[in-house]
Amino acid sequence: MKINSLPPQPVKQPEAPVCETKLRTENINLFYGKFQALRGVNMEITPCSITAIIGPSGCGKSSLLRLFNRLNDLIPNARVEGKIELDGVNIYERTIDVVELRKRVGMVFQKPNPFPMSIYDNIVFGPKQHGNNNHAELDKIVEKVLRQAALWDEVKDKLQQSALNLSGGQQQRLCIARVLSVEPEVILMDEPCSALDPIATLKIEELMRSLAENYTIVIVTHNMQQAARVSDMAAFMMMAPDRAGELVEYDETSHIFTNPKDKRTEDYITGRFG
Amino acid sequence: MKIKKFGEKIPQSLFFIIALSALSVLALITVFILIEGVPLISKVGVFKFLFGMKWAPSLGQYGIFPMIVGTVFVTTGAIILGVPIALCCSIFLAEFAPKKISNLVRPAIQLLAGIPSVVYGFWGLIFIVPFIRNYMGGPGLSILAGSIILAIMILPTIISISEVSILALPPLLKEGAFALGATHWQTIRGVLLPAAKSGILASIILGIGRAVGETMAVIMVLGNAVALPKSILDPARTLTTNIGIEMGYASGEHQQALFATGIVLLVIIMILNASAQYAIRRK
Ligand SMILES: Nc1ncnc2c1ncn2[C@@H]1O[C@H](COP(=O)(O)OP(=O)(O)O)[C@@H](O)[C@H]1O
Ligand SMILES: [Mg+2]
Repeated sequence: MKINSLPPQPVKQPEAPVCETKLRTENINLFYGKFQALRGVNMEITPCSITAIIGPSGCGKSSLLRLFNRLNDLIPNARVEGKIELDGVNIYERTIDVVELRKRVGMVFQKPNPFPMSIYDNIVFGPKQHGNNNHAELDKIVEKVLRQAALWDEVKDKLQQSALNLSGGQQQRLCIARVLSVEPEVILMDEPCSALDPIATLKIEELMRSLAENYTIVIVTHNMQQAARVSDMAAFMMMAPDRAGELVEYDETSHIFTNPKDKRTEDYITGRFG
Repeated sequence: MKIKKFGEKIPQSLFFIIALSALSVLALITVFILIEGVPLISKVGVFKFLFGMKWAPSLGQYGIFPMIVGTVFVTTGAIILGVPIALCCSIFLAEFAPKKISNLVRPAIQLLAGIPSVVYGFWGLIFIVPFIRNYMGGPGLSILAGSIILAIMILPTIISISEVSILALPPLLKEGAFALGATHWQTIRGVLLPAAKSGILASIILGIGRAVGETMAVIMVLGNAVALPKSILDPARTLTTNIGIEMGYASGEHQQALFATGIVLLVIIMILNASAQYAIRRK
């Protein structure tokens, strides 16, 4: 397992670009209408690492994840306060091109969501929308990302078949391959294995480890073992009494699991609630 | 126990009987039309009836080919004019319109479906027909006028069914495309429309069915001449208007010929509905 050299620096960083930080949130508050879903979230994510977000249901893990690629923009009454920086640039700035941002920050969802079209078309969808229409190049991309997603051998003979005919685990790996096809820098994963059997889960975990060499991965997971197995850093979130989600503890995974500083983290990890 | 079971059975059988009677009315009408129409078709000959160029009941000549052509032309025109508008409208409602606007537009479109066809026909006769006569030539009463009226009349069917089939898509599809950095429009074109295509296709087929079956509005603006139209500015007659115009004075063999026209209509509508069902179920 890769261990990060830098311990996380809570808040107080000067404005100067910090190369060791890929993503940084600063005092994030998120509201759905009047309901506050997140309060005062501060975290820093180093490049080419895997960060796991854990915590009980409804504490705002998905909400936080969806802030990183501004998918919450789709929810009409969602409102964000605070700052999220990608490579030092606030992605909630007015001048930010959201489409461009989402190219750099890809996402894999809880339920596999292949488009109702062929395996091949699923993968070339992104590159095509971004202007790549060269067949030879697209073929290359398809093979490359399917290999990266450890799916190539299983589907190479049926690329033109509907993606909906694949098994759940294959569909999820296809979705990961689809994200890789647009060459993002960050990959967000929202409980990517919750609908999968243990073998498929293991495959995806291996895949994540190999991807972490080139990509920054943030994964939400319900599965403690998974977080322990796969992540470098772990963030534990919990609801405050008013149901707003807060970041309780954020540290190296080994610390969170063996020596948590906060009593609530310890209780959750040892299974006393959640 | 027994009483309770009996109590369950009564409403059950009641509903069954009512459902059955609706079905039997359909069967009765169909049988009646067949009994009236089939003898004439067999007397004239199926081929001569369908492809005969001359419709002259007084001379005993019954060829409905000009009417078939009229129906195809008017319906095709309505589809060409109506479908693009309807699809844009349904995409707008499903994807772009703020709630306030879609809540206003949706009932307005339903209202469009509620306007009696004679009102459409009257409006077409007063506004569209003179407009075509003055600015495009011909008698005004024409295929174009019929197509325009029908295009408007099929809008509600196509818009509401297409909108529903877009809205019924799982939000995860849209989010998946957005998360790949696709724009809203790319998402609609590349993912949502292909995913909703069976519903959209069904809406178009049902729209065609509505256009083929419409009578009153078309009678009023189409000119009703029995001849092969040479341009869209020529008058024409459709299968439905053939029945509508002549039923008042037809008798004997002539009346049978109108029922025979009805058989052709029935078959067309049945094929359209079946293909709409097929499109919906295919997924
Ligand atoms: N679109 C939404 N509108 C209103 N409330 C929402 C919406 N999405 C999530 N929430 C609320 O925000 C809180 C956090 O949800 P979520 O981020 O999905 O939690 P988690 O992923 O940790 O289970 C929950 O109380 C949930 O009900
Ligand atoms: Mg969640």
